Amino acid sequence: MINEKRALILVGGYGTRLRPLTLSRPKPLVEFANKPILLHQVEALVAAGVTEVILAVSYRAEQMEKEIMEEANKMGVTITFSHESEPLGTAGPLALAKDILSRSVQPFFVLNSDIICDFPFRELYDFHMNHGKEGTIVVTKVEEPSKYGVVVYDDNKCIGSFVEKPQEFISNKINAGLYILNPSVLSRIELRPTSIEKEVFPYMAADKQLYAFELKGFWMDIGQPKDFLKGMCLYLQDLRINNPAKLTKDEGIVGNVLVDPTAKIGNSCRIGPNVTIGPGVVIEDGVCIKRSTILRDAVIRSNSWLESCIIGWRCSVGRWVRMEGITVLGEDVIVKDETYINGGQVLPHKNITVSVREPQIIM
Amino acid sequence: MLKAIILIGGPQKGTRFRPLSLDIPKPLFPVAGLPLIQHHVEACAALGNLKEILLIGFYPVAQLQEFVNDMQKQYNMTIKYLQEFIALGTAGGLYHFRDQIRYGNPDAFFVMNGDICADFPLAELYRFHKQQNKALVTIMGTEATRQQSLNYGCMVTNKDTNEVTHYVEKPSSYVSTLINCGIYVFSLDVFPVIAEAFNAKQEEYYRNGNGSRDTGYIQLEQEILSPLAGTGKMFVLQTSNWWSQLKTAGSAIYANRHYLELYKTRYPERLYTPSGEGGCAIIPDVHIDPTASVHPTAVLGPNVSIGPGVSIGPGVRIRESIILANATVEQRSLVIYSIIGRGSRVGQWARVEGTPSDPDPNKPFAKMDNVSLFNSDGRMNPSITILGCSVSVPSETILLNCIVLPNKELSRSIKNEIIL
Repeated sequence: MINEKRALILVGGYGTRLRPLTLSRPKPLVEFANKPILLHQVEALVAAGVTEVILAVSYRAEQMEKEIMEEANKMGVTITFSHESEPLGTAGPLALAKDILSRSVQPFFVLNSDIICDFPFRELYDFHMNHGKEGTIVVTKVEEPSKYGVVVYDDNKCIGSFVEKPQEFISNKINAGLYILNPSVLSRIELRPTSIEKEVFPYMAADKQLYAFELKGFWMDIGQPKDFLKGMCLYLQDLRINNPAKLTKDEGIVGNVLVDPTAKIGNSCRIGPNVTIGPGVVIEDGVCIKRSTILRDAVIRSNSWLESCIIGWRCSVGRWVRMEGITVLGEDVIVKDETYINGGQVLPHKNITVSVREPQIIM
Repeated sequence: MLKAIILIGGPQKGTRFRPLSLDIPKPLFPVAGLPLIQHHVEACAALGNLKEILLIGFYPVAQLQEFVNDMQKQYNMTIKYLQEFIALGTAGGLYHFRDQIRYGNPDAFFVMNGDICADFPLAELYRFHKQQNKALVTIMGTEATRQQSLNYGCMVTNKDTNEVTHYVEKPSSYVSTLINCGIYVFSLDVFPVIAEAFNAKQEEYYRNGNGSRDTGYIQLEQEILSPLAGTGKMFVLQTSNWWSQLKTAGSAIYANRHYLELYKTRYPERLYTPSGEGGCAIIPDVHIDPTASVHPTAVLGPNVSIGPGVSIGPGVRIRESIILANATVEQRSLVIYSIIGRGSRVGQWARVEGTPSDPDPNKPFAKMDNVSLFNSDGRMNPSITILGCSVSVPSETILLNCIVLPNKELSRSIKNEIIL
């Protein structure tokens, strides 16, 4: 018990940025590349020897808890829910889970639940143990650091400071939302709504107790549809390099595509590049899909053309439909034959009978 | 014996029909598979005693020669194209070629505007004309809405005698909802009336120095029909049959639909009926030229005309559209409310879509609104999409409410634009 590895995942609130998908399913259970977002993280944690995962949630979702428990049992990991009575930010949940986290002498992992990457938890652990200080932040390189808070550190990876949205170039490394912290850090956090980035890390850095671990490979915060699709492209490309056998190879499949074995694809289709197709999905003849995610049991009828879309569970997209420009269909949306949807979000159980030529939210 | 005159205008006219009239004279634009004025010719040929059709206009002879030859052969009657040396107006041409019209001393002659679409009840119109006492002119009339009537020739009649008591062309305020359809029967005795107008103009110019040098230019509506109103020599036959003008390219889709509908009763063999293997699925009415090739998995209709030599690929969907000769519509693409020009190409999974501008179905007697390209804010009005000849639409793009001039290779999706 005393040596077990633990992790805390900051699930937070309702995942409003990923609506309308999160109106039907809690965000951690929304499938990213045919697997619930949370499972990507939990599987990687289990692979790194984590035996107990604490999910910090600020709302109750029985469906989520039940489904997650089932998955956890399969993987032999203990899942604990830490419920916040009010949203506690990014640091408060750690204080709330203090008892569990401090039961082991081992450092614990902390993850933002929207992050998708290669999750190098083993290397991170080794790196952390090697420098021996209180905490390690995973950092990732971005093209335009001025949009983010950047992390400034020395050649030994010891973090000196954090700079919010730097106007002049200081660094292109940003906080990737993954940490490993010693239980001693818990004494730095009060039980109140508080931000780990703003109210904990700067003090640790001042004490030279915080190190940066540079992430190799892709990274994406998939908390909103645009980035969800971007993250999917990066994830599939990562599979191409590291695990190409997982990608689907077939006639009519172009580039990096992931098709669940239970999905059916018709003749004369062109699927890909960058498409994931979930279980039970039916794609009829002559369909073209690019850069999209089709979730479980959706039906795409013949001769439709889709680009940059997320098609929700059990949706039905009619024949000769054209859909593009980050269109997100909630669960069980029906799109009539021959319509054109040019971006926007469609709430669950909606019946779309006329074209939507400009992006909008369809209630 | 009867004759018929079809007034076809010239290349400077019908500019609102561009870009479709850029490579083919507007009177020859195919609607429901036939050149626009062939529908007129056909109605004339159906009258047993009509011996000669004269096309009057100022298009170069070469542009009409082939059509005239074709018509002569097909309908086995005399058809001539009489070219005006200069635009002479709707009555000036009649007067200039009066001898040609009078040859053989016909009992009467029909005059039809080339840019109208109708079921041409010519026999009924002639019967009505004969019944009137000393009628010089009988006009086919129809009901319009109060507002739309201002765009037409408006007539006031004596309800008992059907005599036209007042005629105003395109009034600025409301006169009557009974409008002139541009289909007439004239007695030969109308020529002295036109001669009078002609001579008066000559005199006015040469003696008094007033008026224009184009003394032969006479407008039928303003200079002949207006003065004839109230003289007891001009009558109107009011019909409620389908009738429409073909002014803008957008109205071609509407005209196409109605001619296809007429085929149902008059020429059912021109409508495509899926038969046996190899036929494509259709939603009536659809006309497919026998030389066109349509893949069995394509779905066409309603209201679609496919021209000669056209190629339609697998899984294509077309409705409310006209596909002109030798165009190619590649697999899985969708064409709605559009006209695809001769030899144009629509790439696979492309979407070519326009916005219909049909008459308001909720208003009785509403006609096609020939809306202008731009609204008062200078923004383009949504219209049907028109591809001129030899335009290429790339695969997987969308073309929405666009007008594309001929010989253009597009490279991207375009919405609400005119592409020069």
